[in-house]
Amino acid sequence: MKKQFWITNDPIQIDDVVDKVVRPEAGAINTFIGTVREFTKGKRTLYLEYQAYIPMAEKKLQQIGAEIEQKWGDAQTAIAHRIGHLDISDTAVVIAVSTPHRQDAFEASRYAIERIKEIVPIWKKEHWEDGTSWIGDQKEHQSYEHHPPTEEEMKKYD
Amino acid sequence: MINVLLFAELQESLGRDKLSIEAAGISIKELKEKHLQAYELPNLDQAMIAVNEEYADETTVLEDGDVVAFIPPVSGG
Repeated sequence: MKKQFWITNDPIQIDDVVDKVVRPEAGAINTFIGTVREFTKGKRTLYLEYQAYIPMAEKKLQQIGAEIEQKWGDAQTAIAHRIGHLDISDTAVVIAVSTPHRQDAFEASRYAIERIKEIVPIWKKEHWEDGTSWIGDQKEHQSYEHHPPTEEEMKKYD
Repeated sequence: MINVLLFAELQESLGRDKLSIEAAGISIKELKEKHLQAYELPNLDQAMIAVNEEYADETTVLEDGDVVAFIPPVSGG
């Protein structure tokens, strides 16, 4: 069986992800590519190091695909996330969503990247010129205090 | 035996990624209080908890063979 959702140590081939969602019913395939940014708030990143709880991360990516299918109906999703050492401009994540019409594909891929930042156990460590740090929640709320985001918290994406 | 997995800053602070602890029959809250406090793991209370690769809360009672993971706020993407 071909995996639709995977974590890899190797560079991601964008076509590999897109190919998973190609189908005759689709009129749109939207891709999102997350890359390593050099400057964040004036601070220079030299490289990043990503770590994942791989089996759970793949399960949670799969869950995001299922949520998208539930919310948008006829939508197929594939997601690959890279871990290990990534240099500036390297591709960290590729999301592809295919739907019959374009609006759903745009919305669903936006949903996927936001959701990755909430429930998928992947962490990045910034290596700056003057030190290192594991980066926490980037969505500007603190942790979810022992529970994953609730339906209530997810409503903003509906 | 319960396997406890640690990631990111928790893993770095401990210097290893796994602990094996005799903790069957107690809750995760008790696991933290009785067995993990001594390690002085940073921001352990900010970490989400997973049991056998599914999110769980502190009241979950552990069974022999369970895998508990402490998941600091995630930063993928």
